[in-house]
Amino acid sequence: MILLATLFIPLLVAGIMILIPGAQGKTHRTLAAVGTAAAFLVSLVLWFQYDSTNAAFQFVIDYPWITSLDVGFRFGLDGMSLLLVLLTTFMMTIAVLSSWESVRDREKQYYIWMLILEFGMLGVFMALDTFLFYIFWELVLIPMYFLIGVWGGRDRIYASMKFFIYTMGGSLLMLVAIIWLGAYAEGSGGFTTDLQKLMSIAPNTALDAQKWLFLAFALSFCIKVPVFPLHTWLPDAHTQAPTAGSVILAGVMLKMGTYGLIRFNLQLFPQSSLHFADFISVLAVIGIIYGALLAMVQTDVKRLVAYSSVAHLGFVTLGIFSMTTEGVQGAVIQMVNHGLSTGMLFLLVGYIYDRRHTRQMSDFGGLARSMPVYATFFAIAVFASVGLPGLNGFVGEYLTLIGAFTSQHLSTTWFAILGATGVIFAAVYLLILFQRMFFGPITHPENEKGKIKDLSRLETGILVPIVIFIVWIGIHPNTFLHVSEASSRAVVGVVEELSGSTDYTAEVQERKSGQAIADEGSENRAVPTSGPMPEETEGESAPGAQVLAPPPVVQPEGGQ
Amino acid sequence: MASTLLPFILLLPFVGFLLNGLLGKKIGSEKAIGTIGTAVVALPFVFAVVLFFEMLGAPPEGRTMHVTLLSWIAAGDFSVDFAYQLDQLSMIFLLIVTGVGSLIHLYSIGYMHGDRGFFRFFSYLNLFIFMMLNLVLADNFLVTFLGWEGVGLCSFLLIGFWYDREFEGTAIKWTGDAAKKAFVMNRIGDLGMLIGMFILFSQFGTLKYAEIASGLPGSMSAEMMTIATLCLFLGACGKSAQIPLSVWLPDAMAGPTPVSALIHAATMVTAGIFLVARNAALFSMSHTTMAIVAGVAVTTALIAATVGLVQNDIKKVLAYSTVSQLGFMFVALGVGAWTAAVFHVMTHAFFKALLFLGSGSVIHGMHEEQDMQKMGGLKKYMPQTYKTYVIGSLAIAGVIPFSGFFSKDEILASAFANGNAILWGVGALAAFCTAFYIFRSVFLAFHGEERFDHTHVHPHESPATMTIPLWILAVLATVGGFLGLPIVLGEHVHVLHNWLEPVFAQASANMHGHHLSHTLEWILMGVSLSIAILGIFLAYRMYVKRPELSDRFAGSFKGLYKLLWNKWYVDEVYEEAVVKPVWKASKSVLLKGVDKGIIDGTLHGLAKLTGEASNLFRKIQTGIAQQYVLVFMIGILVVIGWLVFGGG
Repeated sequence: MILLATLFIPLLVAGIMILIPGAQGKTHRTLAAVGTAAAFLVSLVLWFQYDSTNAAFQFVIDYPWITSLDVGFRFGLDGMSLLLVLLTTFMMTIAVLSSWESVRDREKQYYIWMLILEFGMLGVFMALDTFLFYIFWELVLIPMYFLIGVWGGRDRIYASMKFFIYTMGGSLLMLVAIIWLGAYAEGSGGFTTDLQKLMSIAPNTALDAQKWLFLAFALSFCIKVPVFPLHTWLPDAHTQAPTAGSVILAGVMLKMGTYGLIRFNLQLFPQSSLHFADFISVLAVIGIIYGALLAMVQTDVKRLVAYSSVAHLGFVTLGIFSMTTEGVQGAVIQMVNHGLSTGMLFLLVGYIYDRRHTRQMSDFGGLARSMPVYATFFAIAVFASVGLPGLNGFVGEYLTLIGAFTSQHLSTTWFAILGATGVIFAAVYLLILFQRMFFGPITHPENEKGKIKDLSRLETGILVPIVIFIVWIGIHPNTFLHVSEASSRAVVGVVEELSGSTDYTAEVQERKSGQAIADEGSENRAVPTSGPMPEETEGESAPGAQVLAPPPVVQPEGGQ
Repeated sequence: MASTLLPFILLLPFVGFLLNGLLGKKIGSEKAIGTIGTAVVALPFVFAVVLFFEMLGAPPEGRTMHVTLLSWIAAGDFSVDFAYQLDQLSMIFLLIVTGVGSLIHLYSIGYMHGDRGFFRFFSYLNLFIFMMLNLVLADNFLVTFLGWEGVGLCSFLLIGFWYDREFEGTAIKWTGDAAKKAFVMNRIGDLGMLIGMFILFSQFGTLKYAEIASGLPGSMSAEMMTIATLCLFLGACGKSAQIPLSVWLPDAMAGPTPVSALIHAATMVTAGIFLVARNAALFSMSHTTMAIVAGVAVTTALIAATVGLVQNDIKKVLAYSTVSQLGFMFVALGVGAWTAAVFHVMTHAFFKALLFLGSGSVIHGMHEEQDMQKMGGLKKYMPQTYKTYVIGSLAIAGVIPFSGFFSKDEILASAFANGNAILWGVGALAAFCTAFYIFRSVFLAFHGEERFDHTHVHPHESPATMTIPLWILAVLATVGGFLGLPIVLGEHVHVLHNWLEPVFAQASANMHGHHLSHTLEWILMGVSLSIAILGIFLAYRMYVKRPELSDRFAGSFKGLYKLLWNKWYVDEVYEEAVVKPVWKASKSVLLKGVDKGIIDGTLHGLAKLTGEASNLFRKIQTGIAQQYVLVFMIGILVVIGWLVFGGG
C-alpha cells in the first residue's frame, strides 16, 4: 500500500489542484511542494521496509485489468528501482521548490504537469507489467512536452517537437515488441504482459527473434538515455526547457532509458545482451568521448551540461553491458549520481539565468568575487561531475570502468581504457566552464559585487540536501550500493549462467578471433522472426539453453 | 596507541578545513584563523613524533600499524575500505608533511597578512594536508588515489587562489589558466594510474599494497607487469612533473609562494616518488620499466636544469629546479636505490621549502617583484633571508656538509653502480647546472648593484613569523644529510637505510645491486663536490665579477639561449600538436559535421520527406465528391477485372 501511496500522491494532489482556480498561484505552489514532499517522505518508508537481502520484487501489487490479455496493474520494486524511485521523489521536491520564485506564469498548469510527470516517472520505475510500463512511458512524454513547449525558451516549439517525435518514434517499436512478446507467451500458458512471467519466458525465444526484440526495446531506451548517435534531441530540449524541466529531464528522465536497458534488455534477453554487448559498448564509449569533446566547445552553459550528460550516461551504459556485478552496481549508483550532480548543475545554471537572463559563458567571469557562496556550490557540483574521489561521481565511474575492464562478456579491455579517457575530458570541459564563469576579472559591470545577488536562503536551502547526498555517496556509497547489490547480482547471475554454457563460449571465441559475428548457424534453423514461436520451445526447462544458436563451427586454432 | 592517535593525525587537518572554510568569515581575526590553521597541522606533527618513538621501540618487523576507519566501496567482488597503514616509509612522509607543513602554515600567517582570502587560504592548506596524509598513509591504491586527486584539487584551488590576477605563460593569461593546466595535466597521469589499478585488481582481486606485494608475481606475464608499472609511472609523471607531463609545474608558480613551497616543492610533487617507492616490489619485477623510469628521469633532470639556467623570475628558477630534483629522485628509483630516493625527498623538502620561502620573503620585501633583473644587492636589506637562502643554495648545489650533498651523491653513485656511466654522466651534468643556476639566483638577487627603483621599492626584512621558519628549515637543510652518511664511513652510519630496509627488502632482493669499491666511491664523491664548486665559481665569475659576461654568452649562443629561454618549446608543441587540433576537430568536424550535419541533417531530412509525402497524399484528398466517385468506380472496375481475368 505504501507503494501505491507513493505513486498516487502526486496524481491526487494534481487532481485537487484542478479544482482550485488558477489565480491562486501561491496555493498551487504550496500544494505542489507539499505533494512532492509527501511523496518523498512516504517513499522513505519503502526504503526502511525494503529487505535488501532479497533479490525478488517486493511490495508487489497485482490487480487484474484486461483479463483476456492478462494485462494487470502490477507494481513492485527491487533494489535498483527502489533507488530510482527515491531519486525521483527527492528530485521532484527539489524541482518544485526551485520553481517557487522563478515560475510565475500559469502556475496552476505548470505544477499540475509537474505532478503528472512525477506520477508517470514513478509508474515507469514501479510497473511490473510491460503494457502498464508502456503506458507510463508514454505518459511521461506529455507533461514534459508541455513544460518545454509552454514554459521553455525562445526555440521551445522546435525543441519540444524534436523531443516528442524522437522519443515517440523509438517507443512505437517497443510497443510492437511488447505485443509480440505477449503473443509469444501464448506458447507457455497464454498471452501475458506480466513482466515477472515474461522474465522466465522471454529468454527462451530463439536468438534470431530475440535479437529483433532486443533491438526494438534498445532503440527506444537508447534514445531516452541518450546513447550516441541518438542524442541530438537532448541539447535542444535542455537549452529550451525551464530550469525545473532540465533538472528532471537530466536528473530522472534519462534514467528511464538506462533502467529499461537493465530491466528489459538484460533481464528479458540475456542471450541477445551478450550478443550485442560489444556493439552497445562501442556506442557507449563513443558517447563518453564524443559527449565530452562537444561539451568542450560549447559556449552556452546549459548546452555544455547537456552534452556532459551524454558522456556521463555513457559510463552507465558501459557498466550495464559489462554485465558484471561491479559494472551494474556502478551503473545504478551512477544513475543516482548523475541525477544529483547534473541536476544540481542545472539548478545552478537556472539561478544565474534568473539573475542575468543569459547563459553565455562569455557574459560571466570573476563571479567568485561577487558570488562566493554560489561559486562554492558550483565548485562542488563541478568536481562531483569531474569524478573527484570523495564525491559521488567517482564511485559510479570507477565501478562501471572496473566492471568493464574485468568483464568476461566484453571482448576487449579497450572499452574500459578508452572510457577512462573520459576522466581527462571531463576535467577539461568542466574546468573551462568553472574558470570562465568564476575566475579572471569581472568583465561585465552587471556582475559586480552588490549589483548581482549571491544565493538567497531558499536557493541555498535547496542545494544543501543535494550536497549532503553528493558527499554521502562519495564517502559511504555502501549505504546505497547495499540496497541494490542483491538485485544486481540476480541480473548478472542470469547472464553468468548463460555464458557458462559451451555455446556461448564458442561464440565469444569466434568473436574474439575476429571472425564474422556468427549467426549463420542460427539462420539454418529457420526460426521465424515474427509471430509466436514454434512449439519446439515449449516444455523444456533450462532457460535459454535450448534455443541458443548452435555453435558456429569452432576452430580452436583460430580462436587463440 | 597508534590506533587512537592515527585517526587524530588524519582528521585534525580536516577539522581545520571545515572550521576555517565554513566559519572563517565569521571568525574574521587573522590571528585566530592562522592559529587554528597551524595548530591542526602542528598537533598531528607532535602525535607523529610520539608514534615515531613508539615505532622505534618496536622490533623492525613489528613496526607496521593498521587502522581501518570505515568501509568505502563494495560491489560484487570489489571491496575497498578507508584503511591506513603506518610503516617506516609512510612515517617519513608523515613527518615531512606535517613537520614542513606546520612551518609553512606558520610562515603563511605573515605572508598572507591582509589578504581578503585569508581564511580561504588556510582552509585550502588544511584540506591539502588532509589529502596528502590520505595519500601517504593509505594501505591501498584507492585511498591513495583519493589523496592523489584531493591534493590535485587543492593544487588547483591554490594556484588559482588569486583568481583575478594575470599570469604570463604559453597560452596562459590568468592564474586560472595555470590552475586548469595543472589539473588537466595531472589527470592525464591519473588515466595511467586508473588503468594500472584496473590491471592489478583484475590480476590480484585486491587493491591493498601488502596483498599485491605478497601475491607477486601471481599469474602476471612479464609484459603485463611492464604495462601495469608503466601505467602507474605515467601517474607518477603527472603528479611529480616528469617529462612528458612536466610542463604544468612551472606555471603552478601562479599560486602564492607558501603554496609553491609546500605543494609544488616539498610534498605533493613527491607523491609520484612515494607511489613508486610504495610499490617498489612491483616495479622491481620489470626491468624494462625500471630502465624507462631511469631514462625519463635523467632526461627530465637535465632538461629542466638547463631551462633553469636562463630564467629571470626567481620562482621559475626554483620551479625548474624542482622538476630537475624530482628527476634525480626518479633516477634513484630507476636504479633500485629506493632509500636514496626517499632520502632525497627528505633533504629536498628541507632545502627547497627553505629556498621557496626565502624567495617568498624576497618577493614580500620587494612589493611583489619576482624578476631578478629588478633586484640586486638585497643582502644588506634582508640579512636573515640572505643567510638562509645561501644555506639552502649550498644544500641544493651539493656542497659538503649540507644535506643535498649526501643525498645527491648517493643517487649519482647508485646510478654509476647499478645503471651505467651515461646515466651518471648526464646526472652529473644536471648537478653542475643546478649549482650554477641556484647561485646565479643568489648573486642576481642579493649581490651586485641595486637594480630596483628606489623611489617606489623599499626592500625590508620579513617579520619573525616568516624568518623563524626560515631558520628552522636552514638548520634542517644543514644537518639533514647526516641521517644518510655514505656507507664508506661504516656499516651502520646510514641511519635512514637501516630504518627503511624492511620496507624495501622484497624489492631489493629482485634487483642485483652492485657495490662500488671504496676507492671508486671516494672518487665519485670528490667529483660531485668539484662539480658543485665549479658551478658556483662560474656563476660567481659571470654574475659578480664580470656581469657583462652573461650577456655576451647569450649573444654568442643565440640559438641555444633561445631554446632554453623558450623551455625547449614543449608547451608550444603541445599547444599546436594537441590542444588546437582537438579543439578544431571537435568544433568543426564533430559539432558542425557530425552532430548538426549528419545526425540532425538525417533527421530533418526524414522529417521533410514525411512532410512531402503527406503533401503528396493530401492532394488526393481534394474534397471533390466527383473525383472520389471516379476513383471509387475505377477501383471497382479493377477488382472486377482481376476477378474475371486474373483470378483463379
